[in-house]
Amino acid sequence: MKVRLWGVRGSIACPGPHTLRYGGNTTCIEVRSDDNDLIVLDGGTGIFQLAQKLLNEMPVQANIFITHTHWDHIQGLPFFTPLYIPGNSLHIHGPFDPVTSNGIEKVMDIQLQYSYFPVREAEMRARIEYSTLTTGQTVAVGSATVTGTLLNHPVVNFGYRVEHNGKAVFFTGDHEPPYNIYEPDDEEFAEFEAIIAEKESEIVAAMSGVDVLICDSSYSREEYPTKKGFGHGTFDSSIRMARQAKVKRLVCTHHEPTRSDDQLEALFAEVMSRHPREPGDPEIVLAREGMEIEI
Amino acid sequence: MASLSPEINARLELAVDRMPAFPKSVQKILELSRNINCAPKELIMVIEKDPVMTIKILKVLNSVYYSLPSKITSVSRAVVYIGINTVKNLALSFAAVGMLPSRNVAGFDIDRYLQHSLVTAGIARQLAQKHGNGQVDPMDCYVAGLLHDFGKVVFAQFMAAEFQEVLQKSSDRPLHEIESESIGVNHAVVGAMLIQRWNFPETLVECVRDHHENPVMDNPMSECLFLADTIAKRAAEVEGLPPVVYDSNWRGKHIVLSVDRAIASLGDLTAFSAEAQMFKQASRT
Repeated sequence: MKVRLWGVRGSIACPGPHTLRYGGNTTCIEVRSDDNDLIVLDGGTGIFQLAQKLLNEMPVQANIFITHTHWDHIQGLPFFTPLYIPGNSLHIHGPFDPVTSNGIEKVMDIQLQYSYFPVREAEMRARIEYSTLTTGQTVAVGSATVTGTLLNHPVVNFGYRVEHNGKAVFFTGDHEPPYNIYEPDDEEFAEFEAIIAEKESEIVAAMSGVDVLICDSSYSREEYPTKKGFGHGTFDSSIRMARQAKVKRLVCTHHEPTRSDDQLEALFAEVMSRHPREPGDPEIVLAREGMEIEI
Repeated sequence: MASLSPEINARLELAVDRMPAFPKSVQKILELSRNINCAPKELIMVIEKDPVMTIKILKVLNSVYYSLPSKITSVSRAVVYIGINTVKNLALSFAAVGMLPSRNVAGFDIDRYLQHSLVTAGIARQLAQKHGNGQVDPMDCYVAGLLHDFGKVVFAQFMAAEFQEVLQKSSDRPLHEIESESIGVNHAVVGAMLIQRWNFPETLVECVRDHHENPVMDNPMSECLFLADTIAKRAAEVEGLPPVVYDSNWRGKHIVLSVDRAIASLGDLTAFSAEAQMFKQASRT
Protein backbone atom coordinates (compact mmCIF):
# COMPACT_ATOMS: atom_id res chain seq x y z
CA MET A 1 0.00 0.00 0.00
CA LYS A 2 1.18 3.54 -0.82
CA VAL A 3 0.15 6.82 0.73
CA ARG A 4 0.85 10.22 -0.79
CA LEU A 5 0.01 13.53 0.86
CA TRP A 6 -1.24 16.19 -1.57
CA GLY A 7 -2.33 18.74 1.02
CA VAL A 8 -1.47 19.03 4.72
CA ARG A 9 -2.64 22.52 5.63
CA GLY A 10 -5.68 23.27 7.80
CA SER A 11 -8.44 25.83 7.28
CA ILE A 12 -7.22 27.73 4.20
CA ALA A 13 -4.65 27.28 1.47
CA CYS A 14 -1.58 29.41 2.19
CA PRO A 15 1.03 29.28 -0.56
CA GLY A 16 4.06 31.52 -0.18
CA PRO A 17 7.71 31.70 0.79
CA HIS A 18 7.00 30.67 4.38
CA THR A 19 5.25 27.40 3.50
CA LEU A 20 7.48 26.13 0.70
CA ARG A 21 8.86 23.12 2.54
CA TYR A 22 5.65 21.75 4.07
CA GLY A 23 3.23 23.08 1.48
CA GLY A 24 0.22 25.37 1.41
CA ASN A 25 -2.56 23.17 0.02
CA THR A 26 -5.46 21.98 2.15
CA THR A 27 -6.16 18.34 2.92
CA CYS A 28 -5.99 15.61 0.31
CA ILE A 29 -4.46 12.15 0.66
CA GLU A 30 -4.01 9.54 -2.05
CA VAL A 31 -3.96 5.91 -0.96
CA ARG A 32 -3.13 3.12 -3.42
CA SER A 33 -3.92 -0.45 -2.55
CA ASP A 34 -1.51 -3.22 -3.54
CA ASP A 35 -3.74 -3.68 -6.61
CA ASN A 36 -3.32 0.04 -7.41
CA ASP A 37 -6.98 0.82 -6.64
CA LEU A 38 -7.32 4.55 -5.98
CA ILE A 39 -8.71 5.81 -2.70
CA VAL A 40 -8.71 9.57 -2.10
CA LEU A 41 -9.24 10.92 1.39
CA ASP A 42 -10.72 14.44 1.26
CA GLY A 43 -10.87 16.94 -1.58
CA GLY A 44 -9.12 20.05 -0.30
CA THR A 45 -7.07 22.17 -2.71
CA GLY A 46 -4.38 19.46 -2.81
CA ILE A 47 -6.69 17.33 -4.99
CA PHE A 48 -5.97 19.62 -7.95
CA GLN A 49 -2.33 18.47 -8.12
CA LEU A 50 -3.47 14.85 -7.82
CA ALA A 51 -5.88 15.44 -10.70
CA GLN A 52 -3.01 16.58 -12.95
CA LYS A 53 -1.15 13.36 -12.30
CA LEU A 54 -4.24 11.25 -12.93
CA LEU A 55 -4.66 12.73 -16.41
CA ASN A 56 -1.82 10.41 -17.41
CA GLU A 57 -3.70 7.37 -16.12
CA MET A 58 -7.04 7.54 -17.91
CA PRO A 59 -9.64 6.23 -17.48
CA VAL A 60 -9.74 7.20 -13.82
CA GLN A 61 -11.68 5.14 -11.33
CA ALA A 62 -11.59 6.87 -7.98
CA ASN A 63 -13.28 6.39 -4.64
CA ILE A 64 -13.23 9.66 -2.74
CA PHE A 65 -13.98 9.56 0.99
CA ILE A 66 -14.90 12.89 2.54
CA THR A 67 -14.20 13.13 6.29
CA HIS A 68 -16.48 16.16 6.65
CA THR A 69 -17.77 18.99 4.54
CA HIS A 70 -15.84 22.01 5.80
CA TRP A 71 -14.36 23.98 2.91
CA ASP A 72 -10.74 22.98 3.45
CA HIS A 73 -11.72 19.34 2.88
CA ILE A 74 -13.98 19.76 -0.17
CA GLN A 75 -12.97 22.93 -1.97
CA GLY A 76 -10.82 21.22 -4.58
CA LEU A 77 -13.57 18.82 -5.70
CA PRO A 78 -14.95 20.98 -8.54
CA PHE A 79 -11.34 21.28 -9.83
CA PHE A 80 -10.81 17.53 -9.92
CA THR A 81 -10.27 17.45 -13.67
CA PRO A 82 -11.20 13.76 -14.22
CA LEU A 83 -14.81 14.80 -13.39
CA TYR A 84 -15.09 16.47 -16.79
CA ILE A 85 -13.91 13.60 -18.94
CA PRO A 86 -16.29 10.87 -20.16
CA GLY A 87 -15.22 7.35 -19.35
CA ASN A 88 -14.03 8.24 -15.84
CA SER A 89 -15.93 7.11 -12.83
CA LEU A 90 -15.98 8.65 -9.38
CA HIS A 91 -17.63 7.41 -6.28
CA ILE A 92 -17.90 9.96 -3.46
CA HIS A 93 -18.54 8.70 0.06
CA GLY A 94 -19.16 10.64 3.26
CA PRO A 95 -21.20 11.13 6.40
CA PHE A 96 -24.76 12.40 6.89
CA ASP A 97 -25.25 15.87 8.35
CA PRO A 98 -28.07 15.78 10.90
CA VAL A 99 -28.32 19.58 11.09
CA THR A 100 -29.19 20.07 7.41
CA SER A 101 -30.43 16.51 6.86
CA ASN A 102 -28.14 16.38 3.83
CA GLY A 103 -26.33 13.30 2.69
CA ILE A 104 -22.95 13.54 0.97
CA GLU A 105 -24.66 13.90 -2.44
CA LYS A 106 -24.93 17.64 -1.71
CA VAL A 107 -21.15 18.11 -1.37
CA MET A 108 -20.69 19.03 -5.04
CA ASP A 109 -24.06 20.59 -5.73
CA ILE A 110 -23.70 23.11 -2.91
CA GLN A 111 -20.44 24.38 -4.44
CA LEU A 112 -21.76 24.56 -7.97
CA GLN A 113 -24.37 27.29 -7.59
CA TYR A 114 -24.12 29.45 -10.67
CA SER A 115 -22.95 32.63 -8.92
CA TYR A 116 -20.01 30.75 -7.45
CA PHE A 117 -18.98 28.29 -10.16
CA PRO A 118 -19.66 28.29 -13.88
CA VAL A 119 -20.28 24.58 -14.50
CA ARG A 120 -23.32 22.61 -13.40
CA GLU A 121 -23.04 19.10 -12.06
CA ALA A 122 -25.08 17.85 -15.02
CA GLU A 123 -22.30 19.09 -17.30
CA MET A 124 -19.65 16.97 -15.63
CA ARG A 125 -19.12 14.09 -18.02
CA ALA A 126 -17.67 11.43 -15.74
CA ARG A 127 -19.94 8.96 -14.03
CA ILE A 128 -20.48 10.25 -10.49
CA GLU A 129 -22.00 8.22 -7.71
CA TYR A 130 -22.62 9.16 -4.07
CA SER A 131 -22.91 7.02 -0.96
CA THR A 132 -23.81 8.43 2.43
CA LEU A 133 -22.14 6.24 5.01
CA THR A 134 -23.16 5.18 8.46
CA THR A 135 -20.62 5.07 11.24
CA GLY A 136 -18.78 1.77 11.40
CA GLN A 137 -19.80 0.87 7.85
CA THR A 138 -17.14 -0.83 5.74
CA VAL A 139 -16.91 -0.14 2.02
CA ALA A 140 -14.97 -2.40 -0.35
CA VAL A 141 -12.72 -0.74 -2.93
CA GLY A 142 -11.39 -3.59 -5.02
CA SER A 143 -10.01 -5.91 -2.40
CA ALA A 144 -9.20 -3.06 0.00
CA THR A 145 -11.69 -1.87 2.62
CA VAL A 146 -12.50 1.54 4.07
CA THR A 147 -14.32 1.92 7.40
CA GLY A 148 -15.63 5.21 8.79
CA THR A 149 -15.70 6.06 12.49
CA LEU A 150 -17.48 9.04 14.02
CA LEU A 151 -14.95 11.44 15.57
CA ASN A 152 -15.40 14.86 17.19
CA HIS A 153 -15.63 18.11 15.20
CA PRO A 154 -18.18 20.93 14.91
CA VAL A 155 -19.73 19.12 11.95
CA VAL A 156 -20.06 15.34 11.74
CA ASN A 157 -16.61 13.98 10.83
CA PHE A 158 -15.62 10.43 10.00
CA GLY A 159 -12.09 9.14 10.45
CA TYR A 160 -11.30 6.45 7.86
CA ARG A 161 -9.37 3.25 8.24
CA VAL A 162 -8.08 1.88 4.93
CA GLU A 163 -6.95 -1.75 4.94
CA HIS A 164 -5.46 -4.08 2.40
CA ASN A 165 -3.43 -7.28 2.69
CA GLY A 166 -2.95 -6.82 6.42
CA LYS A 167 -1.69 -3.25 6.08
CA ALA A 168 -3.64 -0.31 7.42
CA VAL A 169 -3.80 3.49 7.40
CA PHE A 170 -6.08 5.66 9.51
CA PHE A 171 -6.84 9.28 8.72
CA THR A 172 -8.71 11.31 11.32
CA GLY A 173 -9.89 14.20 9.22
CA ASP A 174 -10.48 16.90 11.82
CA HIS A 175 -10.73 15.68 15.37
CA GLU A 176 -10.60 17.14 18.85
CA PRO A 177 -10.58 14.54 21.59
CA PRO A 178 -13.89 14.96 23.43
CA TYR A 179 -13.57 16.93 26.67
CA ASN A 180 -15.69 17.24 29.76
CA ILE A 181 -18.12 20.18 29.57
CA TYR A 182 -18.60 20.09 33.36
CA GLU A 183 -16.34 21.25 36.17
CA PRO A 184 -14.89 18.61 38.51
CA ASP A 185 -17.23 19.67 41.30
CA ASP A 186 -20.38 19.50 39.13
CA GLU A 187 -22.68 16.57 39.85
CA GLU A 188 -22.60 15.50 36.19
CA PHE A 189 -18.80 15.48 35.87
CA ALA A 190 -18.15 11.80 36.66
CA GLU A 191 -20.87 10.47 34.41
CA PHE A 192 -19.73 12.63 31.51
CA GLU A 193 -16.17 11.45 32.09
CA ALA A 194 -17.34 7.84 31.85
CA ILE A 195 -19.06 8.45 28.50
CA ILE A 196 -15.89 10.12 27.20
CA ALA A 197 -13.80 7.14 28.28
CA GLU A 198 -16.19 4.82 26.42
CA LYS A 199 -16.05 6.96 23.27
CA GLU A 200 -12.25 7.29 23.42
CA SER A 201 -11.80 3.56 23.68
CA GLU A 202 -13.97 3.15 20.56
CA ILE A 203 -11.78 5.67 18.73
CA VAL A 204 -8.57 3.95 19.82
CA ALA A 205 -10.04 0.60 18.72
CA ALA A 206 -10.85 2.05 15.28
CA MET A 207 -7.21 3.11 14.73
CA SER A 208 -5.67 0.26 16.66
CA GLY A 209 -2.39 -1.12 15.33
CA VAL A 210 -2.37 0.75 12.02
CA ASP A 211 0.90 1.15 10.15
CA VAL A 212 0.25 4.85 9.60
CA LEU A 213 -1.96 7.21 11.58
CA ILE A 214 -2.44 10.58 9.90
CA CYS A 215 -3.78 12.76 12.65
CA ASP A 216 -5.11 16.30 13.13
CA SER A 217 -2.40 18.01 15.20
CA SER A 218 -3.33 21.62 14.61
CA TYR A 219 -2.29 23.24 17.85
CA SER A 220 0.46 23.38 20.40
CA ARG A 221 -0.60 22.64 23.94
CA GLU A 222 -0.05 26.32 24.74
CA GLU A 223 -2.42 27.40 21.96
CA TYR A 224 -5.11 24.87 22.81
CA PRO A 225 -6.88 26.60 25.74
CA THR A 226 -7.97 29.48 23.49
CA LYS A 227 -8.96 27.06 20.72
CA LYS A 228 -10.88 24.57 22.82
CA GLY A 229 -14.09 23.52 21.11
CA PHE A 230 -12.83 24.45 17.62
CA GLY A 231 -12.65 20.75 16.82
CA HIS A 232 -8.92 20.18 16.42
CA GLY A 233 -6.29 18.19 18.24
CA THR A 234 -2.84 19.08 19.49
CA PHE A 235 0.53 17.41 18.89
CA ASP A 236 0.28 16.07 22.42
CA SER A 237 -3.22 14.64 21.97
CA SER A 238 -2.14 12.95 18.72
CA ILE A 239 0.89 11.37 20.39
CA ARG A 240 -1.28 10.15 23.25
CA MET A 241 -3.76 8.51 20.86
CA ALA A 242 -1.00 7.02 18.71
CA ARG A 243 0.58 5.43 21.79
CA GLN A 244 -2.74 4.09 23.06
CA ALA A 245 -3.61 2.62 19.66
CA LYS A 246 -0.07 1.19 19.30
CA VAL A 247 0.34 2.54 15.79
CA LYS A 248 3.67 2.18 13.99
CA ARG A 249 3.96 5.66 12.55
CA LEU A 250 2.24 8.93 13.41
CA VAL A 251 2.02 11.64 10.76
CA CYS A 252 1.02 15.00 12.28
CA THR A 253 -1.08 17.07 9.87
CA HIS A 254 -3.57 19.94 9.49
CA HIS A 255 -0.87 22.53 10.03
CA GLU A 256 -2.04 25.95 11.11
CA PRO A 257 -2.17 28.31 8.09
CA THR A 258 -0.36 31.03 10.04
CA ARG A 259 2.54 28.74 10.95
CA SER A 260 5.66 29.16 8.82
CA ASP A 261 7.91 26.20 8.03
CA ASP A 262 10.48 27.42 10.57
CA GLN A 263 7.87 27.85 13.28
CA LEU A 264 6.40 24.43 12.51
CA GLU A 265 9.79 22.76 12.83
CA ALA A 266 10.61 24.62 16.03
CA LEU A 267 7.30 23.63 17.57
CA PHE A 268 7.72 20.02 16.48
CA ALA A 269 11.23 19.91 17.97
CA GLU A 270 9.90 21.27 21.26
CA VAL A 271 7.10 18.65 21.32
CA MET A 272 9.50 15.82 20.53
CA SER A 273 11.88 16.91 23.27
CA ARG A 274 9.03 16.37 25.72
CA HIS A 275 8.18 12.96 24.24
CA PRO A 276 11.45 11.08 23.80
CA ARG A 277 10.91 7.86 21.92
CA GLU A 278 10.42 4.85 24.16
CA PRO A 279 10.24 1.17 23.23
CA GLY A 280 6.96 0.47 21.43
CA ASP A 281 6.45 4.14 20.57
CA PRO A 282 5.50 5.09 17.03
CA GLU A 283 7.84 6.94 14.74
CA ILE A 284 6.53 10.52 14.63
CA VAL A 285 6.86 12.82 11.63
CA LEU A 286 5.42 16.07 10.34
CA ALA A 287 3.15 15.77 7.32
CA ARG A 288 4.66 17.41 4.26
CA GLU A 289 3.01 18.04 0.92
CA GLY A 290 4.37 15.50 -1.56
CA MET A 291 5.41 13.05 1.15
CA GLU A 292 5.16 9.42 0.07
CA ILE A 293 4.88 6.54 2.49
CA GLU A 294 5.21 2.97 1.34
CA ILE A 295 3.82 0.31 3.64
CA MET B 1 -48.62 -3.14 21.24
CA ALA B 2 -52.07 -1.91 20.12
CA SER B 3 -52.35 -1.32 16.42
CA LEU B 4 -53.58 2.00 15.11
CA SER B 5 -55.72 2.91 12.16
CA PRO B 6 -53.63 3.88 9.13
CA GLU B 7 -55.09 7.39 9.39
CA ILE B 8 -53.94 7.94 13.00
CA ASN B 9 -50.65 6.32 12.18
CA ALA B 10 -50.10 8.78 9.34
CA ARG B 11 -50.94 11.74 11.57
CA LEU B 12 -48.52 10.63 14.24
CA GLU B 13 -45.77 9.88 11.76
CA LEU B 14 -44.99 13.56 11.23
CA ALA B 15 -45.89 14.61 14.74
CA VAL B 16 -42.45 14.92 16.24
CA ASP B 17 -40.68 16.70 13.41
CA ARG B 18 -43.33 19.40 13.44
CA MET B 19 -43.62 19.57 17.21
CA PRO B 20 -42.61 22.96 18.63
CA ALA B 21 -40.54 23.01 21.83
CA PHE B 22 -41.34 24.68 25.13
CA PRO B 23 -41.22 28.50 25.29
CA LYS B 24 -38.52 28.69 27.94
CA SER B 25 -36.10 26.44 26.13
CA VAL B 26 -36.69 28.13 22.79
CA GLN B 27 -35.95 31.53 24.37
CA LYS B 28 -32.95 30.21 26.26
CA ILE B 29 -31.44 28.42 23.27
CA LEU B 30 -31.73 31.52 21.12
CA GLU B 31 -30.24 33.66 23.86
CA LEU B 32 -27.35 31.32 24.68
CA SER B 33 -26.43 30.63 21.10
CA ARG B 34 -25.99 34.32 20.35
CA ASN B 35 -22.84 34.12 22.44
CA ILE B 36 -20.19 32.09 20.64
CA ASN B 37 -18.48 31.39 23.97
CA CYS B 38 -21.58 30.18 25.81
CA ALA B 39 -20.83 27.37 28.23
CA PRO B 40 -21.85 24.02 26.71
CA LYS B 41 -23.23 22.82 30.02
CA GLU B 42 -25.74 25.69 30.11
CA LEU B 43 -27.02 24.69 26.72
CA ILE B 44 -27.33 21.06 27.78
CA MET B 45 -29.16 22.07 30.95
CA VAL B 46 -31.84 23.71 28.80
CA ILE B 47 -32.17 20.82 26.35
CA GLU B 48 -32.36 18.27 29.16
CA LYS B 49 -35.35 20.05 30.65
CA ASP B 50 -37.39 20.06 27.47
CA PRO B 51 -39.02 16.76 26.47
CA VAL B 52 -39.44 17.91 22.86
CA MET B 53 -35.82 19.02 22.41
CA THR B 54 -34.58 15.88 24.15
CA ILE B 55 -36.62 13.49 22.09
CA LYS B 56 -35.58 15.23 18.86
CA ILE B 57 -31.87 15.10 19.73
CA LEU B 58 -32.07 11.45 20.71
CA LYS B 59 -34.07 10.66 17.59
CA VAL B 60 -31.23 11.99 15.43
CA LEU B 61 -28.64 10.04 17.37
CA ASN B 62 -30.54 6.78 17.17
CA SER B 63 -31.16 7.15 13.45
CA VAL B 64 -29.74 4.72 10.99
CA TYR B 65 -26.82 7.01 10.13
CA TYR B 66 -25.28 6.64 13.56
CA SER B 67 -26.06 3.04 14.36
CA LEU B 68 -23.76 3.45 17.33
CA PRO B 69 -22.54 0.55 19.40
CA SER B 70 -24.49 1.64 22.45
CA LYS B 71 -27.90 3.21 22.01
CA ILE B 72 -28.06 6.84 22.97
CA THR B 73 -30.40 7.60 25.82
CA SER B 74 -29.00 10.75 27.34
CA VAL B 75 -28.25 14.20 25.97
CA SER B 76 -24.75 14.05 27.52
CA ARG B 77 -24.02 10.98 25.44
CA ALA B 78 -25.21 12.87 22.37
CA VAL B 79 -22.72 15.63 23.16
CA VAL B 80 -19.81 13.20 23.38
CA TYR B 81 -20.81 11.36 20.22
CA ILE B 82 -21.87 14.03 17.72
CA GLY B 83 -20.23 16.99 19.44
CA ILE B 84 -21.52 20.03 21.27
CA ASN B 85 -21.64 22.17 18.13
CA THR B 86 -23.87 19.78 16.24
CA VAL B 87 -26.12 19.45 19.29
CA LYS B 88 -26.28 23.25 19.56
CA ASN B 89 -27.18 23.68 15.91
CA LEU B 90 -29.79 20.94 16.09
CA ALA B 91 -31.31 22.72 19.11
CA LEU B 92 -31.36 25.96 17.12
CA SER B 93 -33.20 24.25 14.28
CA PHE B 94 -35.73 22.84 16.78
CA ALA B 95 -36.16 26.31 18.27
CA ALA B 96 -36.96 27.59 14.78
CA VAL B 97 -40.03 25.34 14.59
CA GLY B 98 -41.72 27.64 17.12
CA MET B 99 -43.04 27.44 20.69
CA LEU B 100 -45.75 25.30 22.18
CA PRO B 101 -48.71 27.48 23.21
CA SER B 102 -49.34 27.27 26.97
CA ARG B 103 -53.07 26.79 26.28
CA ASN B 104 -53.66 24.82 23.15
CA VAL B 105 -56.82 24.00 21.22
CA ALA B 106 -57.39 20.80 23.18
CA GLY B 107 -57.31 22.70 26.48
CA PHE B 108 -54.33 20.66 27.63
CA ASP B 109 -52.30 22.33 30.38
CA ILE B 110 -48.80 22.28 28.93
CA ASP B 111 -47.22 23.84 32.04
CA ARG B 112 -48.60 21.15 34.29
CA TYR B 113 -47.42 18.50 31.86
CA LEU B 114 -43.88 19.92 31.89
CA GLN B 115 -43.91 20.24 35.67
CA HIS B 116 -44.91 16.59 36.10
CA SER B 117 -42.37 15.38 33.52
CA LEU B 118 -39.51 17.28 35.16
CA VAL B 119 -40.43 16.14 38.67
CA THR B 120 -40.76 12.52 37.53
CA ALA B 121 -37.41 12.77 35.73
CA GLY B 122 -35.64 14.19 38.79
CA ILE B 123 -37.12 11.56 41.11
CA ALA B 124 -36.36 8.71 38.68
CA ARG B 125 -32.72 9.82 38.48
CA GLN B 126 -32.40 9.97 42.25
CA LEU B 127 -34.11 6.61 42.78
CA ALA B 128 -31.69 5.05 40.31
CA GLN B 129 -28.73 6.63 42.09
CA LYS B 130 -29.91 5.57 45.55
CA HIS B 131 -31.51 2.21 44.92
CA GLY B 132 -30.50 1.08 41.43
CA ASN B 133 -27.52 -0.97 42.63
CA GLY B 134 -25.74 -0.20 39.38
CA GLN B 135 -28.43 -1.99 37.35
CA VAL B 136 -29.80 1.21 35.82
CA ASP B 137 -28.14 4.32 34.47
CA PRO B 138 -29.48 7.35 36.39
CA MET B 139 -29.42 9.52 33.26
CA ASP B 140 -31.39 6.93 31.30
CA CYS B 141 -33.97 6.96 34.10
CA TYR B 142 -34.05 10.76 33.95
CA VAL B 143 -34.81 10.57 30.22
CA ALA B 144 -37.49 7.92 30.83
CA GLY B 145 -39.15 10.25 33.36
CA LEU B 146 -38.89 13.25 31.07
CA LEU B 147 -40.43 11.41 28.11
CA HIS B 148 -42.93 9.04 29.72
CA ASP B 149 -46.00 11.22 29.02
CA PHE B 150 -44.81 12.45 25.63
CA GLY B 151 -47.86 10.84 24.02
CA LYS B 152 -50.04 13.47 25.71
CA VAL B 153 -48.37 16.39 23.94
CA VAL B 154 -48.63 14.52 20.68
CA PHE B 155 -52.38 14.09 21.22
CA ALA B 156 -52.79 17.72 22.27
CA GLN B 157 -50.92 19.04 19.24
CA PHE B 158 -52.00 16.70 16.50
CA MET B 159 -55.35 15.21 17.60
CA ALA B 160 -56.65 18.28 19.41
CA ALA B 161 -60.38 17.66 18.88
CA GLU B 162 -60.27 14.03 20.03
CA PHE B 163 -58.04 14.86 22.98
CA GLN B 164 -60.26 17.75 24.08
CA GLU B 165 -63.15 15.30 24.37
CA VAL B 166 -60.97 12.93 26.39
CA LEU B 167 -59.91 15.70 28.76
CA GLN B 168 -63.52 16.76 29.33
CA LYS B 169 -64.43 13.22 30.39
CA SER B 170 -61.42 12.68 32.61
CA SER B 171 -62.43 14.41 35.84
CA ASP B 172 -63.30 11.21 37.72
CA ARG B 173 -61.52 8.45 35.78
CA PRO B 174 -57.88 7.90 34.77
CA LEU B 175 -56.97 9.69 31.56
CA HIS B 176 -55.30 6.70 29.93
CA GLU B 177 -58.48 4.60 30.19
CA ILE B 178 -60.59 7.24 28.47
CA GLU B 179 -57.92 7.70 25.79
CA SER B 180 -58.01 3.99 25.04
CA GLU B 181 -61.82 4.05 24.74
CA SER B 182 -62.14 7.23 22.68
CA ILE B 183 -58.99 7.27 20.56
CA GLY B 184 -58.32 3.54 20.55
CA VAL B 185 -54.89 3.93 22.09
CA ASN B 186 -53.55 5.68 25.19
CA HIS B 187 -50.69 8.18 25.54
CA ALA B 188 -48.34 5.57 27.01
CA VAL B 189 -48.71 3.34 23.97
CA VAL B 190 -48.40 6.24 21.52
CA GLY B 191 -45.25 7.54 23.28
CA ALA B 192 -43.74 4.06 23.25
CA MET B 193 -44.69 3.55 19.62
CA LEU B 194 -42.94 6.73 18.53
CA ILE B 195 -39.72 6.00 20.36
CA GLN B 196 -39.76 2.42 19.14
CA ARG B 197 -40.01 3.68 15.59
CA TRP B 198 -36.80 5.64 16.15
CA ASN B 199 -34.85 2.64 17.38
CA PHE B 200 -34.61 3.78 20.98
CA PRO B 201 -33.54 0.99 23.31
CA GLU B 202 -36.22 -1.60 24.00
CA THR B 203 -35.95 -1.02 27.76
CA LEU B 204 -37.00 2.61 27.28
CA VAL B 205 -39.86 1.65 24.95
CA GLU B 206 -41.09 -0.89 27.49
CA CYS B 207 -41.08 1.41 30.46
CA VAL B 208 -42.88 4.23 28.64
CA ARG B 209 -45.48 1.76 27.35
CA ASP B 210 -46.11 0.17 30.76
CA HIS B 211 -45.91 3.16 33.07
CA HIS B 212 -49.57 2.93 34.01
CA GLU B 213 -49.36 -0.68 35.13
CA ASN B 214 -47.39 -2.25 37.94
CA PRO B 215 -44.17 -3.24 36.20
CA VAL B 216 -44.02 -6.96 35.58
CA MET B 217 -41.28 -6.99 32.97
CA ASP B 218 -37.75 -7.74 34.07
CA ASN B 219 -36.75 -4.14 33.56
CA PRO B 220 -35.29 -2.12 36.45
CA MET B 221 -35.81 1.12 34.52
CA SER B 222 -39.54 0.30 34.33
CA GLU B 223 -39.68 -0.08 38.08
CA CYS B 224 -37.80 3.15 38.57
CA LEU B 225 -40.16 5.07 36.29
CA PHE B 226 -43.26 3.51 37.83
CA LEU B 227 -42.13 4.55 41.29
CA ALA B 228 -41.08 8.02 40.17
CA ASP B 229 -44.36 8.65 38.33
CA THR B 230 -46.39 7.58 41.36
CA ILE B 231 -44.27 9.64 43.73
CA ALA B 232 -44.42 12.69 41.46
CA LYS B 233 -48.20 12.47 41.52
CA ARG B 234 -48.08 12.20 45.31
CA ALA B 235 -45.88 15.28 45.42
CA ALA B 236 -48.39 17.16 43.31
CA GLU B 237 -51.10 15.98 45.70
CA VAL B 238 -49.42 18.01 48.41
CA GLU B 239 -50.07 20.99 46.23
CA GLY B 240 -53.82 20.23 46.28
CA LEU B 241 -54.75 17.86 43.45
CA PRO B 242 -57.00 14.73 43.66
CA PRO B 243 -55.56 11.87 45.76
CA VAL B 244 -53.36 9.34 44.03
CA VAL B 245 -54.28 5.68 44.37
CA TYR B 246 -51.45 3.16 44.36
CA ASP B 247 -50.83 -0.41 45.42
CA SER B 248 -49.07 -0.18 48.78
CA ASN B 249 -48.05 -3.85 48.57
CA TRP B 250 -46.14 -3.49 45.33
CA ARG B 251 -42.36 -4.11 45.46
CA GLY B 252 -40.00 -4.05 42.52
CA LYS B 253 -37.86 -7.01 41.61
CA HIS B 254 -34.75 -4.86 41.23
CA ILE B 255 -35.69 -1.78 43.22
CA VAL B 256 -37.11 -3.61 46.19
CA LEU B 257 -39.01 -0.75 47.80
CA SER B 258 -42.63 0.08 48.45
CA VAL B 259 -43.85 3.47 47.27
CA ASP B 260 -43.93 4.71 50.87
CA ARG B 261 -40.38 3.59 51.63
CA ALA B 262 -39.17 5.12 48.39
CA ILE B 263 -40.81 8.42 49.29
CA ALA B 264 -39.23 8.34 52.73
CA SER B 265 -35.80 7.73 51.20
CA LEU B 266 -36.04 10.81 48.99
CA GLY B 267 -36.49 13.36 51.76
CA ASP B 268 -38.11 16.65 50.86
CA LEU B 269 -40.15 16.16 47.69
CA THR B 270 -40.82 19.86 47.28
CA ALA B 271 -37.20 20.29 46.22
CA PHE B 272 -38.00 18.44 42.97
CA SER B 273 -41.04 20.55 42.21
CA ALA B 274 -39.25 23.77 43.16
CA GLU B 275 -36.58 23.08 40.56
CA ALA B 276 -39.18 22.33 37.90
CA GLN B 277 -41.19 25.37 38.92
CA MET B 278 -38.20 27.62 38.30
CA PHE B 279 -37.89 26.40 34.76
CA LYS B 280 -41.60 26.81 34.14
CA GLN B 281 -41.97 30.27 35.61
CA ALA B 282 -39.07 31.70 33.72
CA SER B 283 -40.88 30.77 30.51
CA ARG B 284 -43.47 33.45 31.15
CA THR B 285 -40.98 36.29 31.45
